[in-house]
Amino acid sequence: MTQSPAIQARGLVKKYGEVTALDGVDITVPTGSVLGLLGPNGAGKTTIVRILTTLLRPDAGTAEVAGIDVLTNPREVRRNLGLSGQYAAVDEYLTGFENLDMIGRLYHLGRNASRNRARELLAQFNLEDAADRPAKTYSGGMRRRLDLAGALVAAPPVLFLDEPTTGLDPRSRTEMWAVLQGLVSGGTTLLLTTQYLEEADLLADDIVVIDHGKVIAQGTADQLKAQVGGERVEVTVSEGTDLDRVAKLLAPLGVSAPVLAEHQRSLLMPVSGGVAVLRQALQLLEDEGISVDDAGLRRPTLDDVFLTLTGHAIVDEEEKTEQEVTA
Amino acid sequence: MSALDVLGDAAVVAKRNLIKIKRVPDLLVFTTLSPIMFVLLFAYVFGGAIDQEGGGGGYREFLIAGIFAQTVIFGATITGAGLAEDVQKGIIDRFRSLPMSPSAVLAGRTLSDVVNNIIVLFVMSVTGLIVGWRIRTSFFEAAWGFILLLVFAYAISWVMAWVGLLVPSPEVVNNASFIIIFPLTFIANTFVPLDTLPGPLKVFAEWNPVSAVTQAARNLFGNPDPNPLAPDPTAWPLVHPEAYTLIWAAVVLLIFVPLANAQYRRSTSR
Repeated sequence: MTQSPAIQARGLVKKYGEVTALDGVDITVPTGSVLGLLGPNGAGKTTIVRILTTLLRPDAGTAEVAGIDVLTNPREVRRNLGLSGQYAAVDEYLTGFENLDMIGRLYHLGRNASRNRARELLAQFNLEDAADRPAKTYSGGMRRRLDLAGALVAAPPVLFLDEPTTGLDPRSRTEMWAVLQGLVSGGTTLLLTTQYLEEADLLADDIVVIDHGKVIAQGTADQLKAQVGGERVEVTVSEGTDLDRVAKLLAPLGVSAPVLAEHQRSLLMPVSGGVAVLRQALQLLEDEGISVDDAGLRRPTLDDVFLTLTGHAIVDEEEKTEQEVTA
Repeated sequence: MSALDVLGDAAVVAKRNLIKIKRVPDLLVFTTLSPIMFVLLFAYVFGGAIDQEGGGGGYREFLIAGIFAQTVIFGATITGAGLAEDVQKGIIDRFRSLPMSPSAVLAGRTLSDVVNNIIVLFVMSVTGLIVGWRIRTSFFEAAWGFILLLVFAYAISWVMAWVGLLVPSPEVVNNASFIIIFPLTFIANTFVPLDTLPGPLKVFAEWNPVSAVTQAARNLFGNPDPNPLAPDPTAWPLVHPEAYTLIWAAVVLLIFVPLANAQYRRSTSR
């Protein structure tokens, strides 16, 4: 007997007036796996999560979560899912414990079970010391952890996390990743949206890239990287070196022409042959007396994938700063 | 989902809102200090100024029911502003993703308003008694007067719940409610006898439900207009203030409970 996928959506369409937020999206997440939904702001990621978590009705399409129809049986679907939204939806005037206890009661766990579960989760998420302080006093990372704990109160088989690390500082982000890795190793099915390619690469089994309400690519991180080609040699030369001369020198070693970045004094060139080619390149430069600051073999990142697929970077710099300011 | 589940869920939500009264300084002031301030201000500034000849504090007693009515109506803005804030912060998203009764969030919200208003009325009554207000009827009549005030405020809470889910931020609720609630509570018999108002304003005031609930409470507390020459009210709502208050509250609930619930099912954080 084959198990039905934990999440299955077909042909999701959602329009807001003239704006098409989703334009026929298909998604399948096998039970126990992690799907990374990757895309820039406004691509439609949150709309997909809202439809799958019964908050929003699509204009067309069908969806099932844990084998239950989202449109015809939303209440039953809600019993099987946990949602942690883009903003940490914790009540800042309640303590961490009160927040989780309230959610437990609303899942109808019962008085004692709710309390025990709340204490258990606070311990699991390293919030024990802050358990009886109002969430207002929590740091951004602590609020996110509390929000995530809220999504886990009923130990739901399917978990939706909408940009769980957006706005967190790098340390909190790393901590959050560790928490999420622990979770998925426990067998929970997870759909995760993110703008961070690193995050999808680290956590997701499969990645769906979405832009302007459409799925533009999907596969494992490795499959997507393979789409944009294999490894590259990256060389950064010392100040005052003629980069064009370096390019001319190394070009015969590459599978296609090197790309120059004058400001960074660096050169990036697709190769095949790995470390041997890198060694050859360095030897050539040494023979010519060109001094090298940095050199390495680079695998394509998901950033490269996104750039190749969409023609634009996933988050432009201006947007990034704006988010950091508002966060 | 049984009715018991709805009540249970509503109680959980109401408890959450009541915890907030303790912890949010604005709400605590709103619930305890501002009612005291209102009673003292109106009793001494207004009451004192108008009561020159009477001397027996009759005007002060007359004002109390009006102050009660105005304050419990303002209390309803807590519902509106609180819901707008919950939508904004994604807490409504969280509630809507839980397998709880969808009507429990609003039921709990408006229920906690009732509890809040009971505290407010208690604080105001004690303050009133200290400054010389007296109930000159029976316990049951006075209790019925308080219940009518609470029923009336409950209906307004549902209007504000709908408004709170509709607007983009809690600030808008506060601004909107001031624009609506100030005229509604002042163009009424809350602070002045109606026969002093010019023609159209007088008609508006006579049919204003705030006048009816004030009149009903005044009658039930035994605090009539201290001016012995004041004509008895002739407009239907003021001749039958209890019936008019109840009918009005029923109509508002029939309209706004479904409207607010429908809006709740549509709302997501923005």
